[in-house]
Amino acid sequence: MAEFKDISPNASAGEKLTNWFENRFPTAFYEYKKHMSEYYAPKNFNFWYVFGALAMLVLVIQIVTGIFLVMHYKPDAALAFGSVEYIMRDVPWGWLIRYMHSTGASAFFVVVYLHMFRGLMYGSYRKPRELVWLFGCAIFLALMAEAFMGYLLPWGQMSFWGAQVIVNLFSAIPFIGPDLALLIRGDFVVGDATLNRFFAFHVIAVPLVLLGLVVAHLLALHDVGSNNPDGIEIKANKGPDGIPLDGIPFHPYYTVHDIFMVSMFLFVFSAIVFFAPEMGGYFLEYNNFIPADPFQTPLHIAPVWYFTPFYTLLRAVTSEMMYVLIACVVVGTALAVAKAKIPALFKGLIVGAALAVVAMMMAIDAKFWGVVAMGGGVVILFFLPWLDNSPVKSIRYRPTWHKYLYAAFVINFFVIGYLGTQPVSEIAGRISQAGTLFYFGFFILMPWWSRLGTFKPVPSRVTFTAH
Amino acid sequence: MKNIKQLATGLVMVLVLATGAHAASGGAVLDKAPGKTTDLASLQNGAKVFVNYCLNCHSAAFMRFNRLTDIGLTEKQIKDNLMFTTEKVGETMKAAIDPKQAKEWFGANPPDLTLIARSRSGPGSSGADYLYTYMRTFYRDDTKVTGWNNLTFPNVAMPHVLWELQGERKPVFEERQEHGHTVKILKGWEQVSPGTMTQIQYDQTVGDLVNFLQWMGEPAQNTRVRVGVWVLLFLGLFTFLTWRLNAAYWKDIK
Repeated sequence: MAEFKDISPNASAGEKLTNWFENRFPTAFYEYKKHMSEYYAPKNFNFWYVFGALAMLVLVIQIVTGIFLVMHYKPDAALAFGSVEYIMRDVPWGWLIRYMHSTGASAFFVVVYLHMFRGLMYGSYRKPRELVWLFGCAIFLALMAEAFMGYLLPWGQMSFWGAQVIVNLFSAIPFIGPDLALLIRGDFVVGDATLNRFFAFHVIAVPLVLLGLVVAHLLALHDVGSNNPDGIEIKANKGPDGIPLDGIPFHPYYTVHDIFMVSMFLFVFSAIVFFAPEMGGYFLEYNNFIPADPFQTPLHIAPVWYFTPFYTLLRAVTSEMMYVLIACVVVGTALAVAKAKIPALFKGLIVGAALAVVAMMMAIDAKFWGVVAMGGGVVILFFLPWLDNSPVKSIRYRPTWHKYLYAAFVINFFVIGYLGTQPVSEIAGRISQAGTLFYFGFFILMPWWSRLGTFKPVPSRVTFTAH
Repeated sequence: MKNIKQLATGLVMVLVLATGAHAASGGAVLDKAPGKTTDLASLQNGAKVFVNYCLNCHSAAFMRFNRLTDIGLTEKQIKDNLMFTTEKVGETMKAAIDPKQAKEWFGANPPDLTLIARSRSGPGSSGADYLYTYMRTFYRDDTKVTGWNNLTFPNVAMPHVLWELQGERKPVFEERQEHGHTVKILKGWEQVSPGTMTQIQYDQTVGDLVNFLQWMGEPAQNTRVRVGVWVLLFLGLFTFLTWRLNAAYWKDIK
């Protein structure tokens, strides 16, 4: 309970008004200080630190444009496609709302991928920020669900067949698969029932989860404080007033900074919305301007670009590839038995577990393991805080070859992303498989490679040059 | 920091290469459609050709007749000259043909054309390019039910609707050896019987028609670009202001 504060009768009208509210709703004032004016962020943030704020902006854009779209959209297999065209043609400024929403979906993934890569570079997931990272990964997962279900709603050919392909993947899960796929679709094929439930999830269920996770992500972040490009804990160097010496109030310093970045982002965003809303078929696929037709399978079904890296992981797991993966399990187990300093009982357990895994890998169809690879590609991100054993957080003080490894990871991500948009071919298949091994190798071997090399000394204070 | 810049440059290059490769895998070479969706005379002529020739079998189910006011026509002009299948100017464009009969005659229902230019776009070519090429590559083929075939869309169910305008033509191929295979390369066309139009007039008419189809795919497209210019001008100015605002706050931080 906050004390009631009396104010001098000579105070200005503005001060009196503020006092009136502060006595009746002190929480707002307390939270404003905690999260804005007295939240001390490291003063050496660089360009990479803007994407969190931009992700929030895009979330707001998606929610607001989404509300207006729902006013005119019809979640009915017979009417959905036409209602989108109605929005594009007859609803005043409907085309703008729709393009903002469709471009916003892609923009969301662009900023989230960059935001995640920032975390990767500067070790933002390391102690004590593990939960911030976990909430973030959960946001990414929810975002993928949101985007996937939203993509069905225009009810075009790619909407329909994309959903058909992805939901069918679930049926590859042993025992429960077929029933699970049936539960998701609500029918034996993607149809009106699927459209209705995806609509419900897209406009209310997943957004609620997403908002809750965003709040948790931010609260956890503000409890532990932001990391920075040097990976130094600024709370370790506090002034006599208890304020970190390298900290700076979030408001106004980072709010003005973010407003500047927001205006640059909106410039690029608007350039796409107004001049290239289809983005060469990457943001709006050409085939999706044909109404869904269950009797006509498109020659080439490709997911939207932001799913394609994970789609490649799925497609890379062929029955041939299974031999490679089994060999990886065997070699890994052999190394664990030979090198690890653990009791013989544990070694026995490891061998037993490995045998069970290999048996399952041989018994169950490669399609299922493809699904596992696709899901695993996302899930493995959750484990990052415990995979990284580097003695320093930031890439700035890591051995130079670590930087090249990160660069290779990013290039690989682009390559498998590109291959995911392409039809299957012999050579593309081989590159996909190499890319898949690299993607997982990067994470699974991280506990070892992240310790290797000569690390540079980490300074005690952040590096900052005045603007 | 230098490393990160190098990394960023590398990434941009990968992206550019990837998009380039995507564009290159386009398939058959298409002629460039000549039209501009801001050319009202061309759009009006295209609309005339469209309702006279296309709308008999194809519909444009999302396109309202009165939207043609956007290309400089009055509602009276639309009613008097362009409406054959409906009375009300606020109606959408229906096909004259009964879909059941269409299926019987052609073996397939003629697709709706509202969005045909958008759905026929591809990497590196617009839907108008595709349609412009398609409408100019019909030839006689007696093995087909309709008596017509098409080079751009082989075995298409649609006959050459504009044949009276273009006349009959047949493609001239040159055979060439490539990698041990004999490939046919299109050398040109030979006019078999004359149409009511010259080659240039016909190309122009088809150009207007596909220009109209391109416009109809997204009637708001010209507005979109016009508004976009102002939005970007405003955001450019706004970015400058916020840049200076940011600098003003940060100049004292040492």
